[in-house]
Amino acid sequence: MRNAITALLKRDFALAKSQGGGLGAALGFILSVIVLVPLALGPDQNLLQRIAPGIMWLALLLSVLLTADRMFQQDYEDGSLDVLLMAKIPFELVTLTKAIAHWLIVSLPLAVITPPLGLLLNIDIGQLPILWMAMFIGSLALSMLASIGGAVTAGLRRGGLLVSLLILPLYVPVLIFGIAAGSTNLGPNSSDSALLMLIALTIMSLVVAPWACAAALKAYLR
Amino acid sequence: MSEALRLRAENLGCERGGRLVFDHVNFELRAGELMELRGPNGAGKSSLLRLLAGLNIPAAGSVVLENAGADATLPEQSHYIGHAEANKPALTVLQNLKFWADVLGGTEITNALSTFSLQALADDQALLLSAGQKRRLALARLIAAKRPVWLLDEPTVGLDATSIGQLQAVAAAHLDAGGMIIAATHTELGMKSARHLQLGPVR
Repeated sequence: MRNAITALLKRDFALAKSQGGGLGAALGFILSVIVLVPLALGPDQNLLQRIAPGIMWLALLLSVLLTADRMFQQDYEDGSLDVLLMAKIPFELVTLTKAIAHWLIVSLPLAVITPPLGLLLNIDIGQLPILWMAMFIGSLALSMLASIGGAVTAGLRRGGLLVSLLILPLYVPVLIFGIAAGSTNLGPNSSDSALLMLIALTIMSLVVAPWACAAALKAYLR
Repeated sequence: MSEALRLRAENLGCERGGRLVFDHVNFELRAGELMELRGPNGAGKSSLLRLLAGLNIPAAGSVVLENAGADATLPEQSHYIGHAEANKPALTVLQNLKFWADVLGGTEITNALSTFSLQALADDQALLLSAGQKRRLALARLIAAKRPVWLLDEPTVGLDATSIGQLQAVAAAHLDAGGMIIAATHTELGMKSARHLQLGPVR
């Protein structure tokens, strides 16, 4: 069982290495948002500092969304899902592994890179650790929720728009608590409780997403 | 496994998109038997194979695999080689085969490569393979992981005479070892003692 899961992880890494897992495009997206926002809003440093966490979270969230529709599409089209369904591991474990692979390949690198980019938006260097922490946790939830969208649209040629519509509402709580966890100006202890809520959301998505994905994909194969 | 495997289908019916593809299909297959599915296009040969592989739910009836072990289900005991061959073009032949061997729980990779004469291609990307070579790579899964039931959807498509010979040899060995094969085909597989199941269009 462990063999099968590591093999699946290794394969997704190898595929991402040889054909690009969408990390490049997502990174380009984040970079352009963060570079363009100061140009669009003008050089008001206080304003930039205030909205910086929000802009960064928004950029991270939308860039993860960009990559969601491809998560299961190839495996569906080339018949890999058929064979994976016949493996001796529960199919929910397969979808969980695929979502974790997506996190490791796309969301986690983005979550690591985004906070330092915030320096372009005049954030305080002292804010970096808490931003890293919040994005590290939140990005896992983003990948999990994205996997639901990817599974629901696996059989659609142009599923990108549908994924956005389906997944955006689920991203709202992650966005709200992610930003609250990273900001220090909401009153005492508010960022701690927001961080705890973010952790709770992430754990919940870890539990729910694999089942939702497996059900959606099975419905497609039938 | 003291007693021999037995696969029993009773009153199977299949629906696709609200349309009845076939119904009242009955058969019983014992260890060492090969069954060829025959019938015109659209008769439900592929649908029956997918149904047996657990990739579809029967609209009626049931399939039972007897004496396979306590909690072994039919899909977990089966290989399914369909028209979509589940090869990743970006990976090498060896990577593709190794991946499926790990997932399906097998280790006979070298053996599988040599059985279908793929050793020379092992380090080539699957992208570069011809249609017949891709099919051989998919068929190599049969050897790489041992599973008693083979569900083959037109296994000879794209294969040259030599490869068909290799497939026949492999299939014969599998049957001798107590396995069973169900193959959908339009041409003779050239195996002796094959049983036939005729699927006709539903009126």
